[in-house]
Amino acid sequence: MAKGRVLLRGVTKCFGAVDVIKGVDLEIAPGELTVFVGPSGCGKSTLLRLVSGLELPTGGSIMIGDRDVTLVHPSERGIAMVFQSYALYPHMSVAENMGFGLKIAGLPKPLIKEKVAKAAEILQLTPLLDRKPRALSGGQRQRVAIGRCIVREPEVFLFDEPLSNLDAALRGQMRVEIARLHAKLGATMIYVTHDQVEAMTLATRIVVLNAGRIEQIGAPIELYRHPANLFVAGFIGSPAMNFMDGIVEAVETNSVSVRLNGATLRLPRHDAAVKPGAKVTVGIRPEHFRVGPTPADMDDDQAVEFDAIIDLVERLGGETLAHLRMPSLSDGVLVVKISGDVPLRIGTGLRVGIRLAQCHLFDADGRAVGEPAARAVVAA
Amino acid sequence: MYDNRVSGYLYIAPFLIGLATFTLFPFLASFLLSFSDYQLQDPVEQARFLGLGNYTQMAGDDTFHGSLGVTFLYVFITVPLKLAFALFIAFVLNFKLRGIGFFRTAYYVPSILGGSVAIAVLWRYVFAGDGLINQVLVWAGGEPLNWLGEPAYALFTVVLLRLWQFGSAMVVFLAGLQNIPTDLYEAATIDGAGKARIFFTITLPLLTPVIFFNFIMQIVQAFQEFNGPYIITGGGPLKSTYLLPLMIYEEAFKYFNVGYAAALSWVLFLIIALFTIIAFASAKYWVFYGNEREDGE
Repeated sequence: MAKGRVLLRGVTKCFGAVDVIKGVDLEIAPGELTVFVGPSGCGKSTLLRLVSGLELPTGGSIMIGDRDVTLVHPSERGIAMVFQSYALYPHMSVAENMGFGLKIAGLPKPLIKEKVAKAAEILQLTPLLDRKPRALSGGQRQRVAIGRCIVREPEVFLFDEPLSNLDAALRGQMRVEIARLHAKLGATMIYVTHDQVEAMTLATRIVVLNAGRIEQIGAPIELYRHPANLFVAGFIGSPAMNFMDGIVEAVETNSVSVRLNGATLRLPRHDAAVKPGAKVTVGIRPEHFRVGPTPADMDDDQAVEFDAIIDLVERLGGETLAHLRMPSLSDGVLVVKISGDVPLRIGTGLRVGIRLAQCHLFDADGRAVGEPAARAVVAA
Repeated sequence: MYDNRVSGYLYIAPFLIGLATFTLFPFLASFLLSFSDYQLQDPVEQARFLGLGNYTQMAGDDTFHGSLGVTFLYVFITVPLKLAFALFIAFVLNFKLRGIGFFRTAYYVPSILGGSVAIAVLWRYVFAGDGLINQVLVWAGGEPLNWLGEPAYALFTVVLLRLWQFGSAMVVFLAGLQNIPTDLYEAATIDGAGKARIFFTITLPLLTPVIFFNFIMQIVQAFQEFNGPYIITGGGPLKSTYLLPLMIYEEAFKYFNVGYAAALSWVLFLIIALFTIIAFASAKYWVFYGNEREDGE
């Protein structure tokens, strides 16, 4: 019995001549909260709608639990869906909205009432049951939409960008509520978002999609630490990873030396399948730069320092984003995240350190190169 | 100093002049005339004040009673039928099909011509004894019918002409249908609602503001229908299509009883006003507003 498992095999979807989903294989384990994330038009919503049955795949098969549901009607798939617009029936009260599906299923009224009351309790909607959606705030509407799903007791909850219509504060709050709900119900959930913060905070596993294909699947931290390619590296993490073009100078057993704009970095790498002379990209996350004196516990192999000129400063309060020119690393501007409100003046110089173990290396095709030798160090 | 207001008034002057000449003046004049015995062939100065004379005359006027009955019958048949028909066509034309834009136009254009005199004339020929309809009937093995000579059929042809003018109502319905977010249909589909159920529990309730608007417009227009009976049947046979506007026209311009015609006009006006008021009063029980999609924080 695999209640709540979702299995996609070779799923494709074309709209006319446009291939939106180009062959997706994916297994979602029961009880997982899987987040589909990717830029606009990557096919994440389409993939969700294929699971829901609102769209039928052009090819491949979809299983929910032990059933092949590829051609099964949405209402019979054991799914429930929260829409971006909430999609509440505006002429029905909260209770009617939540009970609509059960009413259609022909459940007796007292049972509907009981189930609605129970879901309302979970979502703190009890005092609002008689209201119409228009008398609710955005967050409340969202909770009603979730409540409508809960009463159906689905095998799989589907969320289609459920928080994008909310303001930032409410979004944070609802995110926590959804995480809590997932912990409480233990149901399988698939959650679509373009917001990588939502993806990182909510997901058991993240599926990064780009142009109709899966770029990488993994736990949030796994994707953050070990992006499989340039796309994932650039997409996961905020602000985005800095990329610098370089050329491989030497490959040794445990390291790869890369010539950047001015400097050469000796990156710790096992089994790096690159040859000297190959074009590569080195990535460093803004938060992995270090401003100020390098701590004594770093040996010279791991830390390197460079001169930088401050180009622009964005102060976020708790942290500061400095846009720096570091000619030895790159022609362009690199973003560096500094904790706290450090006094920085545009045009002045700065010493910036990096840990080589925290640098990412990608080959000319954008794939991550070799096993990072210092995985244990970074993870510590 | 240049005065903005002058140019402002100048800009709206054409409208104001038109309104005063063609609406306000006839409105007031007809009201005054309705209390007089003014005859079209006489100078206005000869008109005598009758008080409520014209109105009391109506109470005993069998032609008026008959006309009123036919008018109500006509309105009660055409308004629901036309709304249902317009909604049905709008519903069909709302399907996402290839070339649907062409079909929308193809359905809309002829039907807006329906109100014109030319179409009414065409109607007369189509339903004539040897007209197209009867020819088709005979070809199909049926008996030709006396469409315009038989009271029941005559009203039917006039009703049919009105139904054919579904275009404007249809366009409003179509716009209303397109305003219903697809998410709601999808949510209802996931909830397990079938097509018919979705139509009656989602589409129809959300369309009530548009239905209400069309209902008012259709009531007002149907009570004022003139072209059809005037051109196709001349009100006959046996006054079976003698709608109130036609009676008003004939009283004024055939029998020259302008005073009486003015009084009839005012009764028609009050009837329309009454129906509109009833419709508005009933709206709160069946019209659903408030499909606003933005956050009402």
